[in-house]
Amino acid sequence: MHEGKTGASLIERVRQEERAMSWTLVEGVIELALHRSPCNELGTASLAELEKFAAVLESLQTEAHALIIYSEMKPGFCAGADLRELYQRSQSMEKADAAKGVRDFLERIHLVLTLIDSTPLTTIAAVHGVTFGGGFELALACDLIIADKMARFCFPELRLGLIPGFGGIPRLKRDLGNAVVRDLLLTGRSINATRAQQVGLVSQVVGEGEALRAARATAMQLGKFDRATASAAKSFIKPIPHEELRREIDLFCQLFARPAVQAGLRKFVESTDALPYLP
Amino acid sequence: MKTADETLDEILSLAAAHFKVPREKLGPDDDFFKKLGINSLQTLDLLTKLENHFQVELPDYELQGVSDFRTLAGRIQARL
Repeated sequence: MHEGKTGASLIERVRQEERAMSWTLVEGVIELALHRSPCNELGTASLAELEKFAAVLESLQTEAHALIIYSEMKPGFCAGADLRELYQRSQSMEKADAAKGVRDFLERIHLVLTLIDSTPLTTIAAVHGVTFGGGFELALACDLIIADKMARFCFPELRLGLIPGFGGIPRLKRDLGNAVVRDLLLTGRSINATRAQQVGLVSQVVGEGEALRAARATAMQLGKFDRATASAAKSFIKPIPHEELRREIDLFCQLFARPAVQAGLRKFVESTDALPYLP
Repeated sequence: MKTADETLDEILSLAAAHFKVPREKLGPDDDFFKKLGINSLQTLDLLTKLENHFQVELPDYELQGVSDFRTLAGRIQARL
């Protein structure tokens, strides 16, 4: 970590090339860059880094007004949970230990995403390409989603015999009509950025490679508002669905205990299909 | 409305340009996975390109089992 001055702005940069993510604070805007190959899959190492970021966020938010989350990986924003790691870990453990491990993982990631969801900062997910499963859920924790026109959103979990487990259903339901939620959840199909904007999920659709630039322009605009007012407006309009989030963890764990899930995970890990997220 | 041949021709041109393959090397009955050398993530890219170009929505499951340009064009034509 090093610090330096650029004009009037204080720059803090944590860059750990071997890590899954890094963050900066520039002129009141925190930027969280995801850069784990191939597409920011969320496993135990990424979660540990997200937890570090969450701890830093609480101290940085007094100096900032906005948070932007984006990906530096070409295929997309985030392909979701690291299913290969999940499969391997569940294979190497006793059933009861695997179930406990999954619950522990979910509770930890829920804490981080709820913290991002409820931070007094205005948060923006600048997304492109694959925004699937847990990646979609990370974006949904943000206040605004700005999407490159090549972005795609999907909840493919049913193919594994599971439901989204990082808070996706309650947060999607908070933002969209139930029919759209059912379409995405029950068909497992992916939708493009234009469709996502039509249903009210995405606030801006921009050209290829332009999402981060548009997010920065938006963050600059947000800096003109009184922070206390913006924060009060956010907490008024964006309640945290705590009870449903809790029930989601319980349902996920209940489903995870079934043999069909292991079979689904194995099929995915071994798949060479062009569209492996479909059953 | 575009004819089926026009749709097919536009798909071939779009795929050639996006994946940097000479247009003349792509034919209607070619297996696009093999000809374009694309993986699952790039297949999604192609789907998004096509949806944006033709301004249609094509559910992923309608593409399952489709591997040649002609059948792909038929799926899109049905939604124009």
